[in-house]
Amino acid sequence: MASNGIRDRVAIVGMGCTPFGEHWDKGADDLLVDACKEAYASARIEPDAVDAYWLGTMGSGVSGLLLSEALKIQYKPVTRLENMCATGSEALRNAAYAVASGAYDLVMAVGVEKLKDSGYSGLVSNRPPDDGTLPSMTAPAMFSLLAPAYAKKYGVDEGTLKDVISRIAWKNHVNGAKNPKAQFRSEVPLDKIKNSPRVAGMFGVFDCSGVSDGSAAAIVCRAEDAHKYTDRPIFIKALAFAAGPAEGFFNQDYDFTTFQEVVASCQDAYRQAGVRNPREEISMAEVHDCFTATELVLMEDMGFSPRGQAWKDVLDGRFDGDGPQPVNPDGGLKSFGHPIGASGLRMMYEMWLQLRGEAGKRQIRDPKLGLTHNLGGQPGRCVSFVSVVGR
Amino acid sequence: MMGRPARRAGELAEVPPLAGITRYGSYVPFHRVQRKAFGAGRGARAVASHDEDAVSMAVEAARDALRGAPAPQALLFATTSPPYAEKTNAATVQAALGLAEQIASSELGGSTRMGLAALGLGLDVAAAGRSALVCAGDVVIGAPGGPRESQGGDGAVAFVTGPDGEAVARLLGRASATTELLDVWRLPEERFAKQWEERFGAEVLGPVLAETATRALKDAGVEPTELAQVILDATNPRAAAGLPRALGLKPEQIADGLEASVGRAGAAHAGLVLARTLDRAKPGDRILVTSLADGCEALVFQVTERIASARPHHGVDGWIAAKRDDLAYNSWLKWRGILPFEPPRRPDPERPAAPPMRRHERWKLAFEGARCTRCRTGHLPPQRVCSHCGAIDEMQPERFADRGCRVATFTLDHLAYTLQPPVVAAVLDFEGGGRFTCELTDVEPSSVAIGNELEMTFRRLYTGQGVHNYFWKARPRR
Repeated sequence: MASNGIRDRVAIVGMGCTPFGEHWDKGADDLLVDACKEAYASARIEPDAVDAYWLGTMGSGVSGLLLSEALKIQYKPVTRLENMCATGSEALRNAAYAVASGAYDLVMAVGVEKLKDSGYSGLVSNRPPDDGTLPSMTAPAMFSLLAPAYAKKYGVDEGTLKDVISRIAWKNHVNGAKNPKAQFRSEVPLDKIKNSPRVAGMFGVFDCSGVSDGSAAAIVCRAEDAHKYTDRPIFIKALAFAAGPAEGFFNQDYDFTTFQEVVASCQDAYRQAGVRNPREEISMAEVHDCFTATELVLMEDMGFSPRGQAWKDVLDGRFDGDGPQPVNPDGGLKSFGHPIGASGLRMMYEMWLQLRGEAGKRQIRDPKLGLTHNLGGQPGRCVSFVSVVGR
Repeated sequence: MMGRPARRAGELAEVPPLAGITRYGSYVPFHRVQRKAFGAGRGARAVASHDEDAVSMAVEAARDALRGAPAPQALLFATTSPPYAEKTNAATVQAALGLAEQIASSELGGSTRMGLAALGLGLDVAAAGRSALVCAGDVVIGAPGGPRESQGGDGAVAFVTGPDGEAVARLLGRASATTELLDVWRLPEERFAKQWEERFGAEVLGPVLAETATRALKDAGVEPTELAQVILDATNPRAAAGLPRALGLKPEQIADGLEASVGRAGAAHAGLVLARTLDRAKPGDRILVTSLADGCEALVFQVTERIASARPHHGVDGWIAAKRDDLAYNSWLKWRGILPFEPPRRPDPERPAAPPMRRHERWKLAFEGARCTRCRTGHLPPQRVCSHCGAIDEMQPERFADRGCRVATFTLDHLAYTLQPPVVAAVLDFEGGGRFTCELTDVEPSSVAIGNELEMTFRRLYTGQGVHNYFWKARPRR
């Protein structure tokens, strides 16, 4: 029993990503066509060169037909999958294993979400019929449980913690302002962030990720074939995933200052990639900043900051775009937006640009290893994906 | 002197076995609307929260009555505001109390008199050798601007009836009357009851009350002057106003009708005032309780020595004092569904589905979780596989409804659907192990903090597509 990984055996050779935002003029099918068209061009291939597809969407359609019908795929396997907000990463993980196994030579992972047709604020989930006893909290409410718990455990007063999470939002807006594909492309003054209308707990509107439409796609092959398609492929060093017993919902020892699933998936990913000191060795990360306090806690779960210290690193600018360890250089879920099924692949799209030196005004100097982290669920009960990629 | 025992000497064979109230509990909801908000006089009326109804409030009263007592063998529920017009509301009360399915549950309605009538029937059940839980709850509304709206109140009460030897209040005597007249009425499809001119009701019902009360006192062998307290409850206050003079009662014998603090709580009202009287009674006190609506019920009790050890956890005055007394009139109208309002930009709540509700009935209604017999980890909701040690199917059921809990962490949700924003939600850690995340109710949002002690309360979370969704919430201790 082991998680052996596929370090350096699989490469990403082409990617596409639509702008994220309110695409009133586009449906899920249009977004899929846009992202795939860009990915095909990026890998310099015709659509027919792709042997199989993995399509991630939380709820914008069902079955592989959502993709095959939009793209007119000629009788090839299309797997539709869902793993909450980690759906897009899960498409990539499964596609990568398919080429690593030798079953296919060239495959594609695609993610899409069309959220803005619902007419509601925030996320809406379609649950199976139930007994009516499930907590009816919204996503911001569930993640806002982290804030008072963190403040109490580490003796950070609430005013300081508000400064910390506001700075995370500020940083991600600064990064997003430099990104032509981001949903929110302007810097937001700290004061405005701090004083925005409350949504849940300590969170104001600016502590929440953008609700948006979008799609992203990656073309994947075995490492030895990578240079057929591009002179600058990026290589997968680790793919890890963890789903747990939801122990935080039952066990009084869980204190809402960590995600056990993230800790477990990071440990696995670091082992696969041979990373011993993530604070030093990971050049940049795209993490699941669905809410600002999530990003704070993730810094500790990932080993970027010691326990109880991430809030200081945030205030010191350690994770800024020009800091020693940039986090969410593309603006993150916060300002790039969060169309559920597309987000994991959008994170990888930033790695693709950064590792190839194509990130424009956001370019990080000489990145070696990048990490993407994608999370679905809520504190105490979630799924977590971590990848490590490099040149 | 003593009523019934004195009479017993001559006609022992014909006297039915004695019975009485063995335990009791009450409930007054947290919110008040000031009468000046209605433009109608002094004081305040008690208001069920947006997540309460006659059933949920009856459960709260019954929990107090049953605390530490053996399960009753029958259940009677009375209300004029049944949450379901068809479907046994009493079954929900029974399930929420964690009582066995083998208990016979029945309900009475149609008139506020049915609350005290149910107590009379419960005493019959007890006299026949079986214990009964009698509960009544009502949410009283009226057409905006009318006296029913401002003078009504919401509340609940519960009594356990049993053998004389266990009674805190022994039944000495009783009388009933049924009067066919058009006094208070409402068609099934109507929201608000109507009332005929009060002077007419008073003219007809006043003498009925005097006659029935006199008959009950005679049955009990008690003189009016021997009564410590007399409880008057009527659809029409004028109709009861003449009784003190008819019986020669002194003002201090008349119990406070809670008009200024609660309002007339429908079918629960006579019982609620009786519960308050028992809260304050001394052994030996004799009490006449009456309820006048389409006839009259009159019961005469004598308080026993057992009263001191059988008082419920919450007294009526305690419930009345633990309140928030500034609910806006328009909030109340929204809570009762009288005033339409702009919904949030969130989906309407889904109705709960019948099969999963049935599968999880002990969880959903009785708040019964599970505890791992191997590692003792508590689970809410119940699980088959232990989240801690992984043991499969080694759980035992455990009711958490009466277990105290503390806030592990919490949030105020301004986005979620509710009639009283924000939703306050918390992760709760239960005494003895077990954790659950749920909504808080009857709470001042700014007062919530990690470590706060809370207690569970049975509520109607919402009504989705015509189905009421009952479940539990937590509230600050009242």
